[in-house]
Amino acid sequence: MTMGVAEIRRGLAEGKFSSVEITTELLSRIEQHNPTLNCFISVTGDIALEQARAADAALAKGNGGALAGVPLAHKDLFCTDGVRTSCGSRILDNFIAPYDATVIERCKNAGAVMLGKTNMDEFAMGSSNENSWYGCVINPWRAGCVPGGSSGGSAAAVAAGLAPGASGTDTGGSIRQPAAFCGVTGIKPTYGRVSRYGMIAYGSSLDQGGPFARSALDCALLLQSMSGFDSRDSTSAEQAVPDYGALLGSGLDGLRIGLPKEYFAEGLDGRVAAVIEDAVGELKKLGADIREVSLPNTGLSIPTYYVIAMAECSSNLSRFDGVRFGYRCEAPVDLEDLYKRSRGDGFGEEVKRRIMIGTYALSAGYYDAYYLKAQQLRRMIKDDFQRAFEQVDLILGPTTPGVAFEIGAKTDDPVSMYLQDIYTISLNLAGLPGMSLPVGFVDGLPVGMQLIGNYFDEAGLLNAAHAYQQVSDWHLQVPEAFR
Amino acid sequence: MSLKTDDVREIAHLARLHIDDDAVDRYADDLSSILELMEQMNQVDSSGVEPLANPLDATQRLRSDEVTESDQRDKFQAIAPDVSEGFYRVPKVIE
Repeated sequence: MTMGVAEIRRGLAEGKFSSVEITTELLSRIEQHNPTLNCFISVTGDIALEQARAADAALAKGNGGALAGVPLAHKDLFCTDGVRTSCGSRILDNFIAPYDATVIERCKNAGAVMLGKTNMDEFAMGSSNENSWYGCVINPWRAGCVPGGSSGGSAAAVAAGLAPGASGTDTGGSIRQPAAFCGVTGIKPTYGRVSRYGMIAYGSSLDQGGPFARSALDCALLLQSMSGFDSRDSTSAEQAVPDYGALLGSGLDGLRIGLPKEYFAEGLDGRVAAVIEDAVGELKKLGADIREVSLPNTGLSIPTYYVIAMAECSSNLSRFDGVRFGYRCEAPVDLEDLYKRSRGDGFGEEVKRRIMIGTYALSAGYYDAYYLKAQQLRRMIKDDFQRAFEQVDLILGPTTPGVAFEIGAKTDDPVSMYLQDIYTISLNLAGLPGMSLPVGFVDGLPVGMQLIGNYFDEAGLLNAAHAYQQVSDWHLQVPEAFR
Repeated sequence: MSLKTDDVREIAHLARLHIDDDAVDRYADDLSSILELMEQMNQVDSSGVEPLANPLDATQRLRSDEVTESDQRDKFQAIAPDVSEGFYRVPKVIE
């Protein structure tokens, strides 16, 4: 079941199959493979079939939405009315969301079918999916390897053909890095492009939702339905959304693509570099003008990002207090004990580490040294990108320093895990859009190439990725066990 | 910056997190190594750079002060751990 979103739309429109048929097939694939892959926390079969029946009826009348009858999976961080929304955490294991996130609402309004909610690092804090209360997701390409994180369940579900598309969120690479590790295509839009309403907050100035799919074309279709201004998100961008699908196919002749020299320096696996160089060669053949650019503060993006993300997380996660929803500890002796034990038992180790570092960085006497300093470096990192975009239209590099690593390889040392995010996090600091697409393999594991665009140039990214996918077939590869 | 076990206990208290006694040493090590990573920021002189809070330098959008949400108390309280007569119940706070 490797049909993509566009192909399913076409099949439904031509009456080759119904949404109920395709939904039933995917639900049975999920039942078969989820016990091994662990990519779904909740499977919503009844809702899916009800939505599929409604979509079939709408399609028969000729008034289906843009995604009518297309089955999708949603990261379990988007609130879904009446459905458990766990965020990968014990503290929300019993949380039935009382409303829909805007992303969910828009997908519903477009006629999409929800197959279920996907596994993730707890509160999106992680780069491997090993931080989920529900256990690690397995990489469909190799059972002993992580799928990446934090949206690992969504990436693995698409890679294994359990869903043609899925939603994810990206605070420091959580769409692009798992897309790279699982060999699928994913896009993190410009900050503000996709509403954060109902998206459980981690780092509010960094978080951004977006889609995973099998191709840039499919990502364009999904992003179309997810994007746009939302008055319920105070940082939502009041910018018109172009027709992403219609903007594909414009050719790359003369497109200036910059390769940041800092992204091809020490720390990058030479085998990954070789695969990226091959892909760059293909883009050259398509007419792209490849140049070198410099992003001098790249190395500082890791400490800067983690200060800001942890500070914002300590503030955002203060809402989980055991009083209004979620887990409450047994027999609290007083209110402070209720707070402390509900949070202490409800949060996992990595979440607690980040809350504590954030609390420390924001505490009296340390604010200037950590948070203020990080905000200054944040502007310097943003300025680096703006200087580069005076010379080029797109920036290109590896998504990750290496391919998917083994489960357990980096769990003992949080800092070694953070270093995995070197090429992805600076975009979130700058608020820029980025995407990852598969461009080859190293040792049987997928390699992701990252494209970075200027503000609100998602169409430019999608077009370049689409052009590459017209002359390559890496995005069509499916792991053997899931063909 | 190296954190001592007392620092960890104080931070955990500020964050209202219960930490098991036998985990305090490990947190002190982990948090210290994270802070060490963060101190790499000091390699760069950023004096005079204006801090960036919103990546698009956007300012807060305001709306007119009108009621836009309906009362959904019962729905929201249906998922609360302990409620009574429309109130959230917690252990006694005032003696």
